[in-house]
Parts: sequence; structure tokens; C-alpha cells
Amino acid sequence: MFIQQLSVFLENNPGTLRAMTELLGKGGIDLLALSIADTQSFGIVRMIINSSQMEAASKLLRENGYISKMNHVIGAAVPDQPLGLSELLAVIEKSGLSVEYMYSFLRAAVPGTAHLILRLDDGRKAEQIFEQNGIAMLSQETVDNL
Amino acid sequence: MSERKHLIWNPERECMSRDELHALQGARLAETVKREYENVPVYRARMDAQGVKPEDIRSVEDLQYLPFMEKTDLRDYYPYGLLASPRSEIVRIHGSSGTTGKPIVSGYTRNDVDVWGEMMARTLTAAGCTKDDIVQVAYGFGLFTGGFGAYQGADKIGAMVVPMSSGNTQRQIMMMKDMEVTLLCCTPSYATYLGETIREMGLVPGKDLKLKAGCFGAEPWTEAMRVHLEELLGIDACDIYGLTEIGGPGVSFNCLEKDGMHINEDHVIAEIIDPATGKQLPYGEKGELVFTTITKTGMPMLRYRTHDICSLTDQKCACGRTTARMSRIAGRTDDMLIIRGVNVFPSQIETVLVKAQGVAPHYMLVVDRVNNSDTLEVQVEMTEEMFSDTVGHIENVRRYITDQIKSVVGVSAKVTLMAPKSMPRSEGKAKRVIDNRKL
Repeated sequence: MFIQQLSVFLENNPGTLRAMTELLGKGGIDLLALSIADTQSFGIVRMIINSSQMEAASKLLRENGYISKMNHVIGAAVPDQPLGLSELLAVIEKSGLSVEYMYSFLRAAVPGTAHLILRLDDGRKAEQIFEQNGIAMLSQETVDNL
Repeated sequence: MSERKHLIWNPERECMSRDELHALQGARLAETVKREYENVPVYRARMDAQGVKPEDIRSVEDLQYLPFMEKTDLRDYYPYGLLASPRSEIVRIHGSSGTTGKPIVSGYTRNDVDVWGEMMARTLTAAGCTKDDIVQVAYGFGLFTGGFGAYQGADKIGAMVVPMSSGNTQRQIMMMKDMEVTLLCCTPSYATYLGETIREMGLVPGKDLKLKAGCFGAEPWTEAMRVHLEELLGIDACDIYGLTEIGGPGVSFNCLEKDGMHINEDHVIAEIIDPATGKQLPYGEKGELVFTTITKTGMPMLRYRTHDICSLTDQKCACGRTTARMSRIAGRTDDMLIIRGVNVFPSQIETVLVKAQGVAPHYMLVVDRVNNSDTLEVQVEMTEEMFSDTVGHIENVRRYITDQIKSVVGVSAKVTLMAPKSMPRSEGKAKRVIDNRKL
């Protein structure tokens, strides 16, 4: 079970993130989660948005000269309490998978849980491991209803 | 710097009358053309196409009937296609970067190495070098002609050579001091860096160092930089010129008058042409410098277009030499850059980028000089193909481009990924280079 993610390339300059998010905001795109990976010269902004808006957002970005990419990541629900995250990470570590990046949703569908977005080096294997270990994965539908 | 005593290595040749020189040049040119026609099929075909036979070339005036050679010829007939001697007679090759991935190489016979040594002996002698001198060679030794060229000249004179090659500044200065080096050979930018480091270390040129002169070349520099170097190191700073295709450094050189570079005209013939029409221009006019080698046997070059812009004069120099002098290089007719002594063409970088990105890239080369060392930044617009949601993947692409530039072009570059559409678009020929060096 995977969810859609939209990534955008930005130069690491003042105002670039504001301009891009403003563009999406004015286009009525609602951001459900966002993270920034930055290096000295450039940044990657990763976002989760409603899948019904994915096409419109991609088009808007393209038309305004941004490079973006849609790909699939895993959404996981963990208990919103101490050790909730580290127990999930322990499962990942034990399976030999590694986390390439991770961030979290601003809201949760079920009270008492925290929703995470993960990119692991082997997505298919991660899906199996999560299923075997009873870790709740978010469907696109759940995300779209956040 | 008071009254100068001008030393001349080979007065018989360097001070011969212009008439005698022209007769000698004509005879040697005829011989070279014959050799080329008989041994290099591509050049024979070109002469045939223009209806020129070796017998037609009898004097320097006949030079204008010969077809030109270009750097692309060295690429197209790489590596041995332009040899005019059997390969067994070639004792060495040298090379520099070409316009695409392959270097350009030149083959030297024993004769060519001797001729080169002679030319460099004249060059160093003109800067005041004798067998009593100690010459530090801080040009790189390798395919690059600088190190070997300076070494051969000093060796011919019988001076003591300290073959340091490039880099390792602290060690260079230690040897310069301990060996009591009197003459330095390196690029002008490295000489400046050495000079500044020497000052920072608290050493006083003229007191702690015995340095009296330097022969600097392999990259463009200005008269202001030359004067600065003379003050910094307390020396005579002489400009030298050369290119691998014509045999390396020593093609022409400053005497202590430092008023133009004396061309070794008994070994090469210089012409200035209009780069657009190819027509010869008279002495004094600025145009593209063209060289013909008349004593090389391994890989002679007939009317080789350097794309360097300068002018010539045959007025007699105060030093006593009668050879024509060329002015400082005033620019290029093409887009070649010289970065840390390495010839760099934007097309080489473009080749690397196309391979990495799979599409025609939008890019800009930004060249600067920081702490007397040239820097190259390659700005590339991000493309769909290169973009990824992980920093690791993008960094890998960036590292790949950096490594490829280093291996193909031979210089280290800083690769910066830019936002799409951030480069200026042009209707005609795209502007690919911003050169911030104050030259």
C-alpha cells in the first residue's frame, strides 16, 4: 500500500519556498504534509496532497517553470506516544531496510495515532515487513480524507 | 633594474639578417612541405584539392597558397594520423586537452626534442640564465609540455635543474631557499601564489632568496600582473609563449626588454591573418596568429591556426635580436578558455552534460580567479531526468558530472544545480561563459 508524493526542486535562495507554496496555495492546493531536504546549493521539497489535486498541482508547477516529480512512498500509522516511532524503526532496522527519509503528517485520521511518511530503500520489501509486523499503513483514500 | 646585459644563446641564428633568415625559412619550408606531402595523406589530399604541389612552395611568400590546419585536425586524425615520420622514429608524445573528450597529441622525433631544447635554451638565456644558474621547474611534468620543455632548455644550457613539478607550495619554497634557486619556471598565477606565500612566511626576496628571474607562461596574463610579480619576487618576469601543436613552450619569449616576445623564426614562421577571410595581414595589424613549423619532423604543422589574437613587429629589438616579436595575446577568435593552464572548450563540458542528462543542457561556465588560482563553476539547470525525491540521487548525478569533467577536460569544477529556466535564453549563439578574471 503506497501513497502519492510530489517533490519539487528549488534553488537554495531566499524566497524560493515562499514563492512555490504561494503558487500552490493560490491554486487551491492543500498541503497535508511537507518536508524540505536542503543542501548548500539546492533543496527538495516533498509534499503530500490530495490525490485528486495531484494532476492540477503538477501542471501548475510545470507551467511556472518548476521541475517536479510524483512518486510513491509508504504512509504508516504509529501510536502517538513515547516509543511509538522507535518501535517502528526497530522493525525496519531488524529487517535490514534503511530509511532514506521520513517526515510526518500535520493531522491524523485516527485520534491517538501519528501518521508518518517513509521512503525506504526497498519499498516492496518494506510493504511486506510492515504487513508481517502488523504496522498500519495508510491508504491513498485515508490520506485523501485527512 | 639598471643597465641590462642581454645574453643570447645562439647569436648566429637569433641575430641573423632578415634576408638571410627569409632564405633559410624558405628552404626549410620547402623541405617541410615536401615531407608533409609525401607522408601525411590528409594533407596531400588538401594540397591536391587546392592544386598546390610541393614544388610550388619555394619561399616564405608562397606560404599563403597552403591550406590551414586546425585543432580539429588533431582530433580527427588522433592519435597518429598526422605523423610525418615512421612511428619508430617518434621518441615522445605530449598532449593537451582537445575540443572533445580526447586529448590532442603531438609526436616528437629525436630531432624535434633537440629543436625544442634549443628553443627553450634561447628562452631561458634571454631571461638571464647561464650554466651557473639554478632553475626550479614548477610546471607540471607529464603530457603537459611545460615541465619537460623548461627542463630541456635548462639542461641544454647546463644549468642545475630542480624539477619540482607543480603543487606542494611549502616544499617548493623550501627547495627554492635551500638550493639557492635563481630562476623560476611556472605559470604566472602560480608564481604569484608562491610570491604571496613567501611573503606570508616572512621571507624576503633578494635577502632570503636568490631568485633573479622567472619564465612564466601557459596561461593568459596582463602587463600589470607581470609588473606586480616583478615587485613581489624582486625579479625579472618574462612572458613565454608556446602550444603543444607547435612543439610546446619556447615558440616565442620575452628578452629582458620585455617588449614583445621574440619568435624562434628559424624554426617557426608566424603569420597574422584576418580570421574571417584567412587573408594575411601586414606587420603591425592585429589578427589571428598562425604558425608553420619548419624544422619539426615528427608532426610538422603547416599554417596552424592558433586562434590567439595578437600582432607582429619585425623592428629590431634593443637586445640585438633580429627575430620578429609578437605582442601579448589580446584574446581568442574562438571560445577556448585557459583555466589553470588547461585548455577548456565549452563544447567539452557540454558533451559531459549531454551524457549525464540525456538532453541538451542549459549551462553556464563561470570562471574566476580566487587567491591567484583560476576557478571554474559549471552551473547546470535541473532537468526532469536528473531530478529525484532523494538528495542522494541528485548528489550522485552531480558527483558524476564533476568526475566526468575532471576526467574529460582535466580541470576540477564546482558543479551547481540551478532552477529550471534560470539561465538566460538566447535567440542566436547562447552565451555559455562568464569570465570574471581581470585579465
